[in-house]
Amino acid sequence: MNVAVIMKQVPDTEALIKVAPDGSGYVKEGVKFVMNPYDEFGVEEALKNKESAGASEVTIISMGPERTVEAIRTGLAMGADKGVLLKIGDDEYTDAMGVAKALADELKAGDYKLIYCGKQAIDDDMAQVGPMVAQLMDIPCVSVVTSVELSGDKAVCTREIEGGKEVFEVTLPAVIACQKGLNEPRYASLPGIMKAKKKPLDIKDAKLEAAKSEIVKWENPPERPAGRILEGDDPAAKAAELVKALREEAKVI
Amino acid sequence: MYFQLTDEQKMILDMTRKFAEEELKPIAEEIDREHKFPTESVKKMAELGLMGMVFPEEYGGAGMDYVSYSIAIEEVSRHCASTGVVMSAHTSLGTGPIYYFGTEEQKKKFLTPLAQGEKIGCFGMTEANAGSDSAGTRTTAKLDGDHYIVNGTKNFITNGREADVAVVLVRTGEHKHKGLSMMIMEKSMEGYSVGKVEDKLGIVGSSTTELIFEDVKVPKENLLGNEGEGFKIGMHTLDSGRIGIASQALGIARGSLEESIEFAKAREQFGQAISEFQAIQWMIADMATRLDAARLLTRRAATLKDKGDVRFSKEAAMAKLFASETAMWAATKAIQVHGGYGYTKEYPVERYFRDAKITEIYEGTSEIQRLVIASSLLRQK
Repeated sequence: MNVAVIMKQVPDTEALIKVAPDGSGYVKEGVKFVMNPYDEFGVEEALKNKESAGASEVTIISMGPERTVEAIRTGLAMGADKGVLLKIGDDEYTDAMGVAKALADELKAGDYKLIYCGKQAIDDDMAQVGPMVAQLMDIPCVSVVTSVELSGDKAVCTREIEGGKEVFEVTLPAVIACQKGLNEPRYASLPGIMKAKKKPLDIKDAKLEAAKSEIVKWENPPERPAGRILEGDDPAAKAAELVKALREEAKVI
Repeated sequence: MYFQLTDEQKMILDMTRKFAEEELKPIAEEIDREHKFPTESVKKMAELGLMGMVFPEEYGGAGMDYVSYSIAIEEVSRHCASTGVVMSAHTSLGTGPIYYFGTEEQKKKFLTPLAQGEKIGCFGMTEANAGSDSAGTRTTAKLDGDHYIVNGTKNFITNGREADVAVVLVRTGEHKHKGLSMMIMEKSMEGYSVGKVEDKLGIVGSSTTELIFEDVKVPKENLLGNEGEGFKIGMHTLDSGRIGIASQALGIARGSLEESIEFAKAREQFGQAISEFQAIQWMIADMATRLDAARLLTRRAATLKDKGDVRFSKEAAMAKLFASETAMWAATKAIQVHGGYGYTKEYPVERYFRDAKITEIYEGTSEIQRLVIASSLLRQK
């Protein structure tokens, strides 16, 4: 059974992000890029499937600029077998539908029974590509998954919802979008790091359609104003003043 | 000569940094407070190949170069200098001699379990009367048929309590230097015991102990190299060990710098962050510059060692000397940047200060390093 993980390279969560002065994007220079943390859960689950559920090969597929190979190699070092980079130029391509189409075309060419991805990418938080890929491939998608049990050609997936859980059974092939808590991603071992450079990593030019949506502007969020401390000795009076401020100034009640 | 890391070295840096932040940082304070050997961490490190990084895969190691090893020790030591020295002493001092000087049988028997981290190694050189003057070793080994009988006491041995295997410097002959030999001993041997466990100022997660040998029978097959080569093996081993300790010192210095930057940006006095004050900025600038210089010296020594056929004693001594003095200086300044808070256990810098001091002493004091460097220069006409 072949397993794929669709992965995105994103800025490190600790990176300080600065919006470009002209609002066209964010400054990428000096930013450290890593595998999207939610995608790591996908890689780990795929590797576990390989170890104990009969999966034979794990392929990592990603779309991005040249630097994305580093993130793919991290996955290979963790234990994945192959990598594919659908390469784009340095210009931004952020249209989720376009990304999903390119990934779906690549996935259709393989014979993947399971396709893992993170529930969202931590840079744009759109959470669209996984479900879009499933739709384009006409296969089911379960998202925000915290547990997966494979049995023959079926997968039982538990997904998190507000205040509870839903349990789905899907017939493979399917897309599974992973949530934190699904597993503990392993560290790349030193032997894994050494083996990674010998594993196949195909770089192809991404075939992209004209974007159906584009980001027109990036802005910083408004500066957080300084907090205000309510003075006074009488708690009841202060409470009244707080309620008044929440109602009239912050307008939240 | 610009030190660019290879892709693999970058991946090793990323992996060990992540590992140190997620696994070592959260328990470093507890390890220090309770003087606990980092058993769980060492086990996880062994699983990742970090306890035998520089030994060939055929012997259970990860087949890495010394630059990668230096990177890994620095990353580990950034958050836990105790774990860093456990790793360095086990690898360079306890296992290294067996790799470089062992026979095939000795490697199969001892190198593989050590490289895989299944057994812990230590280096028994120092004695109460033989510190810098290591040739003053009095532990004796008398040949008796097919084995040696070893008697004596080693002292200040890193990993002494945990080590299953010890590479020990013994006296087999009269001549001060040429009468010394190196032997592989095992904790399981009758008459081998761990004596006093030192109560130290710093690196308290690592055990520093006496090793007591009372009529220990050591098979002839456990002699490393030939009789009389003990001192030579010892010096060779220390050259590599110095790169490990320099790397540990880099980690401590970097921790001092990073904590200072974070604290200075947050701490306000006189209406502004103290990072706005020149006095603090200069301390940070000096910490960073010395750290970079120390790292370049260390990487150079590691690179020379990796080349294989060049002497690197002077460069290793320079790296260890400079990195250790930088670590002590940076940790002292780090407490200063933190002010009163730096003097409390609430912040990690007091631990870095306590941990840093030993790097100026073990594996050759700063004074010995200076002698090594000077004699290398004065030797040439």
